[in-house]
Amino acid sequence: MKTIKTCVTALISALLVFSPVAYADKWSDQFPHIKTTGDIPGECSYESMSKKDYSGKTLKINTHAVPVMGEPTALHAEQFAKLTGAKVDVTHTPAGDLYAKAMVPFQAGQAPYDIVFGFSNFINDWRRYLEPVPKKYVEMKQMQDVTPSHIGVASWDGVMYQFPVDGDRHYLKYRKDVIDNPEYQKQYKEATGKELRVPQTWKEYGEMAAYFNNWDWDGDGEKEYGSAEVMKKDDLMYAAFYSRSAAYSKNPKTPGGFFFDLETMTPLINNPGFVEALTDWVAATKYVPPGGINFGLGDEIGSFGGGQTLFSFSWDDAFVAAMQPDSPINNKVGAAQLPGAMKVWNRKSNSWDEGFNQAPFFVWGWAVGVAKKSKEKEMAFDYLCFFANEANHQADIGIGRFGVNPFRNDDFKAEVWTQIGWDKDIAESYVDTLAKMEESKNRVFPLRVPGTFEFNAALATAAAKALAGQLSPQAALDEAAKQWNDILNRVGKDNVRKAYSVGVAMEDNKL
Amino acid sequence: MNFKHKFVFLFPGLFVLIGILIFPIIFTIRLSLSGWNSYTPEMNFIGITNYIRLFTDDPRFWESFFRLSFLSVTTVILQYVIGFALALMVWREIKFKRFFRVIFLIPMMTTPVIMTVIWRTFFHESLGPVNDLLGNIGVKPILWLSDPVIAKFTVIIVEVWQWTPFMFLLLLAGLLSLPKEPFLAAAIDGASPFRKFVYVTFPLMAPISIGAIIIRLIEASKIMDTVFVLTSGGPGTATETSSFYIYIKGLREFQMGYAATLSFTYLVIMIISLTIIAKVLTKLMIKE
Repeated sequence: MKTIKTCVTALISALLVFSPVAYADKWSDQFPHIKTTGDIPGECSYESMSKKDYSGKTLKINTHAVPVMGEPTALHAEQFAKLTGAKVDVTHTPAGDLYAKAMVPFQAGQAPYDIVFGFSNFINDWRRYLEPVPKKYVEMKQMQDVTPSHIGVASWDGVMYQFPVDGDRHYLKYRKDVIDNPEYQKQYKEATGKELRVPQTWKEYGEMAAYFNNWDWDGDGEKEYGSAEVMKKDDLMYAAFYSRSAAYSKNPKTPGGFFFDLETMTPLINNPGFVEALTDWVAATKYVPPGGINFGLGDEIGSFGGGQTLFSFSWDDAFVAAMQPDSPINNKVGAAQLPGAMKVWNRKSNSWDEGFNQAPFFVWGWAVGVAKKSKEKEMAFDYLCFFANEANHQADIGIGRFGVNPFRNDDFKAEVWTQIGWDKDIAESYVDTLAKMEESKNRVFPLRVPGTFEFNAALATAAAKALAGQLSPQAALDEAAKQWNDILNRVGKDNVRKAYSVGVAMEDNKL
Repeated sequence: MNFKHKFVFLFPGLFVLIGILIFPIIFTIRLSLSGWNSYTPEMNFIGITNYIRLFTDDPRFWESFFRLSFLSVTTVILQYVIGFALALMVWREIKFKRFFRVIFLIPMMTTPVIMTVIWRTFFHESLGPVNDLLGNIGVKPILWLSDPVIAKFTVIIVEVWQWTPFMFLLLLAGLLSLPKEPFLAAAIDGASPFRKFVYVTFPLMAPISIGAIIIRLIEASKIMDTVFVLTSGGPGTATETSSFYIYIKGLREFQMGYAATLSFTYLVIMIISLTIIAKVLTKLMIKE
C-alpha cells in the first residue's frame, strides 16, 4: 500500500512539475518561434488565445517596415490568425511616415487601421485618437512586470494609451576584446599616458575612438574605426544628440526642465551644455567610418554589429545583433551606461558645475495603440496582449533585427540572456547597465509635447548643419533655439508647458 | 438651329478638368490660408500668415529652391549634351545600331527608387565598390555622400544616368524625322561633318531640342526620389531641394497649411520661370 501511495505521489508530483513543459511543447511544436521557452501560461498565452474565436473578423494593422518591429508584427499576426481564426492585414510603413499615415485618417475621423505602431513620443498628438488600454489589460500579470519607467512612457496623466511592447534607452556599446586587451591597454597608455578602460566621459570616448580609428586593430585585414553613430538628418539623429547632451546639460541640481525651462519656456538647447555636446559631436565626424556622417540607424547597427567600430551608442539593436551567433563579434562586446562629463551646465548660476555627471536617456521606444474609432477594439487589444505575452517577448528580445528590447523586470535577469548563448559576464554587464538606468535619479525622457516633430526636426537640421560644417555648433544651436521659439509661438507656450510638465515631473522623479 | 445642347458633350471633360486640376489647386490655396497642423487639425483661416512666414522667415526654402535650380539646370544641360551625342551616334549607319539603341534606353526603364538604392550602395564610402576600385589605383576614398559639394555632384551623376535616355529618345526621334534634302545639299557643297552639324542638324533640331529641354526641366524641377534615397537632403541641408523640403514640412512635421503655402508658391514660381526659359530658348535657338 505504501508503495502504491509513493508511486501515486511521485506520479502526481511529476505531472505537476513537468506539465508546463508538456504544455509548452504542444505550442512550440506548432510555433517554433517560442521553442526556447514554450508557451508560458498567462491571460494572453498561446493556450488562452486558442480559446478565442474571431473567425470572420479582420484586424488591420499599420506597422514599421521589415525587419525592425515590422517582422515581429507580421509574425505575431500570422500566429494570432492561426490561433483565433481572425484575418489580420499588416501594412508596413517606413519610420518617417508612420506618424502621418496614422494622423491623416485620425484627423479626418476615419480608422483605416485598428492598430497603429509609432514611437512613444507621438503620444501627446495621438492620444486623443487612441482608445485607452482597458483596465483588464492594465491589471494583467504580464503588465505588472513592466518597469515603472515604461509604464510612464506609455501613459499620459496616469492613463495608458500605448500598449507596452518595447523598452528603449540609449547606452554605450564597446568592443570588449579591445578595451579589456592588456596589450592594447599598455600600448594606449604609452601613446597617450591615459588608461584604456570603458569610457567614463564623452571626452574619453572621443580620445579612445580617435586612437582606434582607421587601422586594423582586430587583425581581420580590414581597417576599423572609432565609432558608429546615427548622424543622418531625419533618421532619429536628434535622439543621438540628446544622448550626447544629457551629461553636459541634465543637472540634478536644477530640476524643472532639460529641453525648456518649464517656468519661462525658454529653450535650453543652445546653452553651453548643449554646445559642448555638439562640439564633441562635430569632432566625432573625424573618427566615424567613411560616410559615417550619413549613417542612419540601420547603418549604425550594421557597422558596429559587423565589427567595424570600437564604440557605438544607441538602442539595444546593435548590441543584440552583435551578440547573435552568426555575428563576427559574438561575445566580444560589452555594454555600459552612456558616458558622462566632468562638468555640467547650471542654468540657475549660469556657470559650469565641476564634477562627474551622468544622465541616462530613455529615448522612447516603439509604441502601439488602438484607434478610438476601431470597430474591433477587443480583438485589437487581444492581439497586442498576445504580441507581448511572456513567451513571445522572451523570443523577440533575443533577435536583434526585431527591435524589441527589454522593458520588463524579468528582462533584467542575466539567465534570460545566457540561455540564448550569451557569455555570463556579458549578460551580467548588459542587465546591470539597463537596471542602473532604471534606478538612476537623473534621467532624461523624450520630448512629448504638441509639435514634437517640429521641435526635433528643427534641432536635427541645425545639428546636421554643424556636422556638415555649414555652421558652427553655437550658430547652429542658436538657429535651432530661434526656431523652437517660433514653434512655441505657433503652438502656444501654455499648451507646450502643460504637456511638457508631465515629462519634467518624470525627470524630476515626481511621477 | 439651336446648338446649346452641344455644351452637354463638354461636361464630362469639364468635370474631369475640375476634379483633377482645378479642385486640387483651389483646395491647396485654401489650405495654404489655414494653420492645419498636428495640434490644430482644422481648416481654420489665418489669412496670409503662412505667406508672410515664407517670405520673411524661411531662408531654408529659398536655399533649397536655388539649390534645385542649380541641380536641375546642370543635369538637364548634361543630359542634353550626352543625349544628343548618343542620338547622333546611333543615327548614323553603325554596327549593332539596334543593340545600342536598346542599351542606351535601359536606365530609363528601371525604377528610379530601386536604381538610387543601388547607386547609394555603389557610392557607400566605406562599403561601396566605387571607392574600393579607386583604392586599387591609389585614389583616396572620395566622400561621395558626406561632403556637401561632392554630394551635389553625386546627385547629378545619378540623375544624368537615369534620365539621359529620355533625352536620347526624343532627340533620336527628332533626327529620324529630319528631311534629307538639306543634308544632301550640304554634302554637294562639300560641308565638313562639323559644319553640317552646326549649320544644318542643330538648327533643324532646335524646336525638338527646346521641347525636350523644357520637358526635362519640368521633370528635373520635381526631383525628390533621388535625393530622398541617396542623401536625405544631407549632409546638413546640402542636397535639399524644394520638393524634398515641402515633403518634410508636410508629411514629416505635419505642417499641412504651411506645406500648402510652399507648394502653391513653388507652383507659381515654376510656371513663371519655365515660361521665361522657353521664350529665351526659342529666341536663342530658333533663328527666323
